[in-house]
Amino acid sequence: MAAIFQGVGAAATLSSSPSNSFVPKKFLTSPRRSFCVRKVPSSVVVRSDGSVNFDLNSKSRRAQQLVANAVATKADSSAASSSSNPGHELLLFEALREGLEEEMERDPCVCVMGEDVGHYGGSYKVTKDLAKKFGDLRVLDTPIAENSFTGMGIGAAMTGLRPVVEGMNMGFLLLAFNQISNNCGMLHYTSGGQFTIPIVIRGPGGVGRQLGAEHSQRLESYFQSIPGIQMVACSTPYNAKGLMKAAIRSENPVILFEHVLLYNLKERIPDEDYICNLEEAEMVRPGEHVTILTYSRMRYHVMQAAKTLVNKGYDPEVIDIRSLKPFDLYTIGNSVKKTHRVVIVEECMRTGGIGASLTAAITENFNDYLDAPIMCLSSQDVPTPYAGTLEEWTVVQPAQIVTAVEQLCQ
Amino acid sequence: MALSYLRSSSSRSVNLLKPLSSSLPLRRPISTDTTPITVETSVPFTSHQCDAPSRSVETNPKELLTFFRDMALMRRMEIAADSLYKAKFIRGFCHLYDGQEAVAVGMEAAITKKDCIITAYRDHCTFIGRGGTLLEVFAELMGRQAGCSKGKGGSMHFYKKDSNFYGGHGIVGAQVPLGCGLAFAQKYSKDETVTFALYGDGAANQGQLFEALNISALWDLPAILVCENNHYGMGTAEWRAAKSPAYYKRGDYVPGLKVDGMDALAVKQACKFAKEHALKNGPIILEMDTYRYHGHSMSDPGSTYRTRDEISGVRQERDPIERIRKLILSHDLATEEELKDIEKEVRKEVDDTITQAKESPMPEPSKLFTNVYAKGLGVESFGADRKEVRATLP
Repeated sequence: MAAIFQGVGAAATLSSSPSNSFVPKKFLTSPRRSFCVRKVPSSVVVRSDGSVNFDLNSKSRRAQQLVANAVATKADSSAASSSSNPGHELLLFEALREGLEEEMERDPCVCVMGEDVGHYGGSYKVTKDLAKKFGDLRVLDTPIAENSFTGMGIGAAMTGLRPVVEGMNMGFLLLAFNQISNNCGMLHYTSGGQFTIPIVIRGPGGVGRQLGAEHSQRLESYFQSIPGIQMVACSTPYNAKGLMKAAIRSENPVILFEHVLLYNLKERIPDEDYICNLEEAEMVRPGEHVTILTYSRMRYHVMQAAKTLVNKGYDPEVIDIRSLKPFDLYTIGNSVKKTHRVVIVEECMRTGGIGASLTAAITENFNDYLDAPIMCLSSQDVPTPYAGTLEEWTVVQPAQIVTAVEQLCQ
Repeated sequence: MALSYLRSSSSRSVNLLKPLSSSLPLRRPISTDTTPITVETSVPFTSHQCDAPSRSVETNPKELLTFFRDMALMRRMEIAADSLYKAKFIRGFCHLYDGQEAVAVGMEAAITKKDCIITAYRDHCTFIGRGGTLLEVFAELMGRQAGCSKGKGGSMHFYKKDSNFYGGHGIVGAQVPLGCGLAFAQKYSKDETVTFALYGDGAANQGQLFEALNISALWDLPAILVCENNHYGMGTAEWRAAKSPAYYKRGDYVPGLKVDGMDALAVKQACKFAKEHALKNGPIILEMDTYRYHGHSMSDPGSTYRTRDEISGVRQERDPIERIRKLILSHDLATEEELKDIEKEVRKEVDDTITQAKESPMPEPSKLFTNVYAKGLGVESFGADRKEVRATLP
């Protein structure tokens, strides 16, 4: 069917149908399910001073117990699995590995390239034991040469292989910017459609724990202008595995942004094969008063703030946008039409970040539905300092989110 | 103009088994003649870390005439592109390959269409060598939809997937890691084919080249890096850009071979040797000593950094087409008149194609948004101003 849309909500068609051919029919666990909305990672521990810690061992403490009034979010145990199947619990990096392993088994064209991904097992253990299982030709240890091995991955993808290129830290991929921008993004277009580049470029980025300026970069803001690539950011083990699998199966180049601090999140995920739609946003918590758009680690700061807000009587709607390029303006638009107020919480810097683009996109498309200007909370426009206190002030904290929502909802 | 190669050949049988070239008393039908002729290359090969191949190249009349015709076609095509650019039918960048035709033609003679070739922006003739048609070339140069990249690529983005020609790249040196990736895929799929990654003397100083070479040597990839050394990186002579202009030695642990790039037969021999080597021992570097008559691109007159005497000197002494012409004439494979007829025919073909290309249509406006993504997004067209969108839902 064809539809011609004029005016607002132009990108609505993008997500209004599961247009991706690789969504399997038995895909029961769609992120639009109601119970998926309520899940909260079980290993998040909320401290009384508002800072968030991630519980690294399996004894997960229920975050909600520390708050007086439980939020509308339900308990987290079996949220993501269907009722018939209990699913299995694992950490986010294990979920990524599971997704990668399943795809490598399913398709012999999938290979992994990166520094220390093979024998070492990956610096964040995402590719642990894969080299033993699949051999050195499919899990390749490269020398420290990002520009060329990214280029090689793209060249291999031109012939039909499906490489997964890992940047040990996203910041190192700046060395491969030329290859990613000119060759990865543009070859499909400049060749008139002759070549597709089914490559996945992934790696951890974001502000960690005092890693220093060069290792705390948020590359999504630099890559977002490149035409021809898709960008997704995972935030839970469930969507990490789903997005990894969908990215590998996609014919387009996909950059999968992981976050250094989220690798040890634990969650129960379904046993059956599932993927997540690459262009879809995830409704984390439906609400009425204000739409909070976020992605990656900031989701947890937002959920943290959401508990405080609920206690104060607000009803925020939290959406994890997941798809950084293109934006899921359908889900976002519907939410804006409902709440009329938007707060964007991101880890990118204010200048030229994802939030800046999202603000522009929402203003252009949904201006009539907004009761107040969009508030965009981003990191400060500074190199990330080493000192712990300074680093904390660089990034948006839950208390700031609470204040912003209160201000907006006056 | 009927080209007739038929001559009486009664005494042919005497000479059939003679391997060495000798002046043949009578003509034969040349177009299908594959009697081997052995020719000595005028310049020996210089090698680095390997044994140079022999100077005696086996060829045959059919191949020599194919060389002549193909090179004449490429030469005419480039000169026609020059005029088209000056008449403003071709815009932007236009990098011409005339003078270097022997590299494209000699390489094709040594390999199959299953081997991959990837080159930089001086790609018009390499595209023709890979089986591209003249119409695709001129249409793409003029931005018409009949072009090989549907008019969306331009001079620097010629690709032909079905004959494994991977382009056509504008950023200097970026195609070499891509080429090593192609070799990796060939090794992965166990194809027994090789990849030729071409670059220039200017690109030889790029770091990503050495990175890719290191990885290729480590993983034993069937990658052949070919440096088309035309001695000038745009306006900078090689002695001003490279501390060590012996590009074939730059691989250090990777073997290299220096080849006279104006001699199509030497190029053929070197590429054959390189293919065998790469399939067994991993990467090898070939340096083709060649020359371009035009400047770097159409905006460069080509005479501010070199003398006109140098250009005409090379044209007189080393021109690849003249060399093949002399070879054909000395072996009595065709008359001068026949060769001139071939050139006239080629010229007419180019002119006709240009006329056809000039009349072919420009791309449709809706094509602006196609091929940004592979069809996974399900949207054919997406308005940049987000106000008007035409979406076809699957």
